[in-house]
This record gives sequence, C-alpha cells and structure tokens, in this order.
Amino acid sequence: MNNNNSNIDRRNFIRLTGITSTAFILGLSAKANALVTVENLSAAADPFELGAYIMINKNGEITLFNSKPEIGQGTFQSIPALMAEELEVSLDNVIIKQTGGEKKYGFMQFAGGSMSIRSEYHNLRKVGAAAREMLLKAASTQWNVPVTECYASEATIIHRPSGKKLGYGELAEAASKLEVPKSPTLKDPKDFKILGKPSARPDIPLKVNGTAQFGIDAKVPGMVYASIERCPVFYSKLVSFDATAAKKVKGVIAVETCERIHEIYKTTGVAVIAETYWAAVQGRKALIVKWDNDGHETFNSKDFEQSLRDAAKKETGAVAHQQGDFDHAFTTAPIKLEAFYETPVVSHSPIEPMNCLASYTEGNKLEIWTSTQVPGSLVTDFAKEYNIPEANMKVHTLFNGGGFGRRLYPDYVHEAVQLTKKLRKPVKTIWTREDDTQQGPFRPMTYSAMKGALTADGKALAFQHKVIAPTLDMKKDYDKSKSDETMTEGISEQKYEIEHMKNLYVHHYMPAPLAAWRAVTSTTLAFSHECFIDEMAFAAKKDGMTFRLGMLTKESDTKNVLNKLKEVSNWDKPLPAGWGRGVAQYEFFAGQGGYVIEVSKKGLGIKIEKVYAVIDLGTVVNPDMVRAQVEGAATMALTAATKNGITFDKGKTVQSNYHNNPLVRINEMPKVEVHILTNGGPKIKGVGEPGLPPFAPALCNAIFAATGKRIRRLPFDINKIV
Amino acid sequence: MIQLNINNKVYEVDASAEMPLLWAIRDLVGLTGTKFGCGMAQCGACTVHVDGTPVRSCSFPVAAAAGKKITTIEGMTEKIGEAVKKAWIELQVPQCGYCQSGQIMSATALLKSKPHPTDADIDAAMQGNLCRCGTYQRIRSAIHRAAEMI
Repeated sequence: MNNNNSNIDRRNFIRLTGITSTAFILGLSAKANALVTVENLSAAADPFELGAYIMINKNGEITLFNSKPEIGQGTFQSIPALMAEELEVSLDNVIIKQTGGEKKYGFMQFAGGSMSIRSEYHNLRKVGAAAREMLLKAASTQWNVPVTECYASEATIIHRPSGKKLGYGELAEAASKLEVPKSPTLKDPKDFKILGKPSARPDIPLKVNGTAQFGIDAKVPGMVYASIERCPVFYSKLVSFDATAAKKVKGVIAVETCERIHEIYKTTGVAVIAETYWAAVQGRKALIVKWDNDGHETFNSKDFEQSLRDAAKKETGAVAHQQGDFDHAFTTAPIKLEAFYETPVVSHSPIEPMNCLASYTEGNKLEIWTSTQVPGSLVTDFAKEYNIPEANMKVHTLFNGGGFGRRLYPDYVHEAVQLTKKLRKPVKTIWTREDDTQQGPFRPMTYSAMKGALTADGKALAFQHKVIAPTLDMKKDYDKSKSDETMTEGISEQKYEIEHMKNLYVHHYMPAPLAAWRAVTSTTLAFSHECFIDEMAFAAKKDGMTFRLGMLTKESDTKNVLNKLKEVSNWDKPLPAGWGRGVAQYEFFAGQGGYVIEVSKKGLGIKIEKVYAVIDLGTVVNPDMVRAQVEGAATMALTAATKNGITFDKGKTVQSNYHNNPLVRINEMPKVEVHILTNGGPKIKGVGEPGLPPFAPALCNAIFAATGKRIRRLPFDINKIV
Repeated sequence: MIQLNINNKVYEVDASAEMPLLWAIRDLVGLTGTKFGCGMAQCGACTVHVDGTPVRSCSFPVAAAAGKKITTIEGMTEKIGEAVKKAWIELQVPQCGYCQSGQIMSATALLKSKPHPTDADIDAAMQGNLCRCGTYQRIRSAIHRAAEMI
C-alpha cells in the first residue's frame, strides 16, 4: 500500500458517516506504532484500523481513550484530563475507554517508571487542542464569521458577538473534513479548568460500589479455572507427577503442564483445571509432584548474605562514576569514615493476586483479560512467542489491583495462554497468596560499602558508594569490568558538591527470580546513601540539613526540596526531650522527593510523630492524586523498612502469606503531610515513585538523632531499637 | 444444594459444604465486588456481613452461611453504607481500589456499632484490612467524615 496517496484535506481525519454514528475521530493509524503526537495522527483507509484518542458522535457523545493502565496511580483521570482540558470538555461528560495494547494506539501503552504524564503531557494536550481548533473552524465556516470571534466551552462552540452556539456533535462531521493543525495553540495554564486542580477520579465511584472490573473479575461463558503447582525450589525441574488423586476431586476436568516464563527464569508447573477455582485448588493439593532440585536447594539467605559481605571486601568493583581523585583524597584526609549497609529482599504483594483469563479459539485467535502494566508488549511479544498474527490478538486491560512493578512481567499470562491452547477452552488462572509470596519475582537486596572523608573543618571532601548486588536480568554470566546503570541507580546523580567521588558496582549472582519494584534500586540505595551522608554530617558536627545545604552552593531542585523541607518542618525549632528529627532526599530517574521525619522514644522502640514530605514536580496535573501517591509511597517504604521481607532457606522462600510477610497496617501508619513543589516551571517529573526512596533514610536519621542508634541494616524492628 | 440469602435475594448454589463463602459469592453467584486476597483471613479484602457481623468470607465455610443474611458491597445500600461510600468518594480514598470493598464493609460495621468512633476505635476495627497502596490516612478521615454525615 502506498502511504502517499492520502488526500491532504483529510490526511489526518477519518469520516465514518454512514458507518456508525461516529462523526469525528482523531487518532493514530494502525501502522503507526508511534508516539501519539499531532504530527503522527493520520487517516486510514479502514476506519476500524484507526486508534482513536478522541471520538465524537453526532449525538454529542464524546469518548476519550486512556492508553495507560490504571494501577492505582490515577491515569484513568490524569491521561484523559490532558485531552479534556484542551478540548474544553468536562471529564464528567465523557466516556473513558481503556486501550488494549493494540499497535494502533502506539508503543507507549504501559504503566511504569513514573512515565505516564511525563510521556503524554504535551502530546495529548496537542491532540485535544487540534480537535478544538477544528471544531472552532467548522463552526466559524458554518456561521461565516471570523474564527477569532468564536470560542469553545463545555463541548460547545460559541460565537461571542451573537451568542450563537453549536454543540460538538453538530459540528463533528464538518470538523472531520478539515486538515489537522500541525501545531495547535495550547491553552495558557492560567486558564486551566482541570489541570493543576484537585480533581475527582472517575474510577473511584466504581471502586466503592463493587462494580470496578479487575482482571480477577473477568468471565466468559464456558470458562474453567486453573491453579498451578510450581517448583518450590527455584530453578528446580519437573521430573514427573501423579494426578490420579487430583482427577478424583469433584469438579476437576484436567491436569496439564505449563511453563512459567519470567525472562531467563523458566520453570515448568503442573496445572489442575476445574469447573470452579475452589475445586482446582483442592485438586492441586492432591497432586504428587517430583522435582529435581539439581543442587539449587543449597541456596539460603544466611550464607548468601555472608557471600555479599565477602564480595564487598574481596572485589574492587567496576567504576560507575568518577570525579577528582577519590583514592588520594581519602587516604590523605584528616577525617574519614566507613560503614556497611544492608537491605532485604522484598515482595510486591499487591492485594489482587496474579491472574489471567485467556481464550484461544479456532483460526489462531487469542483473547486475554488481565490486570497488566504492559498491554502493549503483551500483544507484540505474545504474538511472536505463540506464532499468532497480531491482528488475531485482543487484550482487555482491566483495572490492576496494584502494580508496584509486579505486573510489568507477564509470566502469569504465559501460563494461562499455554493452558487455553492445550484445552481449547477459556482458562482463568489465579495465583494463591502463597504462590505470590513464594514464587516471586522479588526486589533484590543491595549491600553498600560506604567511604567518606572530611576536611579538618568538617567539609565534605571525598565520597564513595560501592554497591554489591545481582542484576535484574538474573544472568549469572556478567562482565565484571562493567557497571550496571539500574543497580547503581541515582547514586551518581545527587547534587552534593563533593570534589572527589568514585562509585563502584560489584556484580553478585543471586539464584532467585528477580524484578523491578516501585522506585527500583533507589529504594535500597537511597537508604545507604542518605544515611551515610548523615554519618558524615555527624562527624562534621553539623545537623543533617545544614550539612546537606552546605554542599549545595549552586541552584538545584535538590536545594529547593531541602529548603522547602526546612521551612515546612520548622527544622530549626527545638523538639521535646527524647525526640529526634531526620532528613533525606533522593533524585533518580523517576523524579525527586524528600522527607523530614520526627520520632520519639517509646519504651524500647520509637514512635513516628511527624512525617513531612516534599515532592518536586514543576508541573502538576492533579495535586490531590500527587498527595495520595506520596502518602502511599511512604506506607510502602515503611513496610519495606520495618517488616520481615523475604528470606530463603533450602532453596525456597521462607515466608508464605501476610502473617509472616506482613504489611504495615492502619494502626502503624502515621499521617503524612505532603507538600508539592511546583516552582520548577515547565519541567515534568514523575509522581508514582519519588515518594519512596527517601523515607527509610529520613526515618533512620531521625532514630539516630533521638536514640544515638545508627541503623545500617533493613528491616529493623521499630518497637525494639536498643 | 445450599440456599444463600445474599443482599435480600435467595440463591441456590451447588457447592461442597466446606467451600469458602467467598468462592460461592464470586464464582457461583457471580457477585465479584467481594475480593480474594490471601485465603487465610489476613487481609480483609473478602469482608462481607453475615447477620450484620463482618466476617472474612475466604475462611468462612459456605454451609455456615446458609439461612443467614449475607450482605456484600453490592448490597451495601442502607443509610450508613451510603454515607461511607459518599465519604470515600469525597475524600478520594481508593487508589488501585482492590481492597476497598473490604475496607468499606469493615468501616460500615464499625459505624453501626460506634456512630462516633475515635482514632483508636478505627485502629482496632480496621487493622484487619490491608491496603498495599497505603490509603490508611484517608480511610481514617473518611470514617470520621461518614460519622458526621450520618
């Protein structure tokens, strides 16, 4: 097909007159697989191949499409809001539809890396503005008046001098015949009605009355359920299984094997398929499975942690970042200090367990209903893996009952797809909580060997952060001369002006399924980095805030965050006896945030008295949602800092459910006071993750201030500090 | 066959006596507002009311619910339940929303027994309900707000 044959007049638009009641569609063509930019919007020969972002029916019904999965971060409001603002429509009066990973919606269909607003803020506003300008032009042409005399408001074009009005539905068909403006004029932010204002999320009413559809709620006629027994020892192999007893359980239909594919971690499990989920679980309990552990049963946390400490001593590591001459400066410095920091392995533990409904039907067709952060790659990767034409694949992106990075990985989708292919029936898999807790993938720990040096008058002179950790790709073979960007995330991006610095990475293989976790490696590295900065402050006989600001002579967002924290927390005001306060900040790929936390001694432990959070955004879409994200990030960080985490013994996960892998509960969570810095101008930073990394170090720095006890290993028991 | 009265409607379900009430509600009756989280009464996502008392339906045998009045999130339509839902929307409590049916069922039961709960009452009544997104401080505020509205 020749792409150059499109008529310039309707190059970017498609008319559906006579096909449906739709009269105006602005979207990407099926072939695009591109960024959603105004320049990329194009017409398609087949209107059904157009990936609509804005759709207006003749009756005035407006539909906006959300290409970012809703995982709790609020994209069901924030993404359509970008278009609605410029289109001059209220979100109360539009239909919001979730896209399903179709190529025609472009390649940015995922939720991760605090990217959603960052990637779409300008693009989707332009899409909305283009539609508005076309509707304006259609109206002015119809009235034969200058377009400058017209304006858009509440899905209507109004002629200012005469007061004449036309609804978007009435203008849709005429507007669809016009050329798409390549550089539509964006609204002045001072005129914003939605963006920057606290706005109600349209998914919330559905989430309080039980009608919101999550992946686990999907159902189709003829659907059967599966529960899968997977190798308890990581990397062990299936030898044989006896399903005689399982098949005798009432409701059990079949027993089949399926492969769990988590990047290079591939294991074969045994699935019991039944008429009800409960019967499948009962059948699974009756399975007799033989595994070949092949030596993997020797893996345990105690020995593994010791091997990390040994590696820290033995191995120099690859240089991640270098400035000045650290070795010389450290050797000759008058004041020097060293410390070793340890963090735990943790689970994602979204309350909605992994699940997937898949239906493979005649003609090599595959339909998937699931909670996923990556609908886009589900289509492209699964089409390839299972040799199914992309056009034959349909993914329904349902509300995610928590993501936190876990649902970036479609291992649970692979299992369901393989089972429906074998059974030729729609199969819904649901992991048990025990499966979720024990099978991973997990956020790995990082261990950190820190070195710092000060001048005689207490100025920071030299700094070293050496990270010992596996890589997230789980590979054993690693070129040790190279550093890994993800595993040293953020440590070389901090704005502290220290003359001599050398950051290092020591790769250390870990034989367990691994994954990114909300805020990735910054969640552990910020702890060691920012607690050690505090150790240097103490050695310099300065408080944490003064010491940090002393290293920030140049203007920076870091300086702004700290100054704001200083102000909102009344940093210089004395605290009651037995209290202590701590500060920490962290800048990394997702953005930047910081905390001041105040604690008091309480019995053998401590009580968190106050939590002040600052997040630096520059541009904000929904301040209430930003506050919610930071409140949530603080809660997740408190769990990671003070609850059990995941440990291993005999090649298996020790913990199994929330009783021994607990999360912070309502009675344990202090109030978080969130402040949003928006003086960064046109910058756009991430929201979902920056609230996490600086929480644990601010807390531990506060504990040191209150008790004199320096915490260098997470998790710790908040009720037993001494 | 077991007879269940759910939200004032009678359902006949073909379930073994020990099947948890949760799966009868979700898979046999087809009401999916009640959620599965842990299967051992640790997270509270599956909370429903049986004769007005909040129970963890994942650990409650379906046979034990026969002949009793079961209320799920879909049937939470009386005055207190409506006030709780309204407060939840007003304070924009849910994030992912998955645990919120259970949170609302527990909060409604609390407000029925204590129309003006203190923070300590809320801690005691709500600590069986986990929220991984961390909406606790909004849950607390929303319970106080609902108490004002009733």
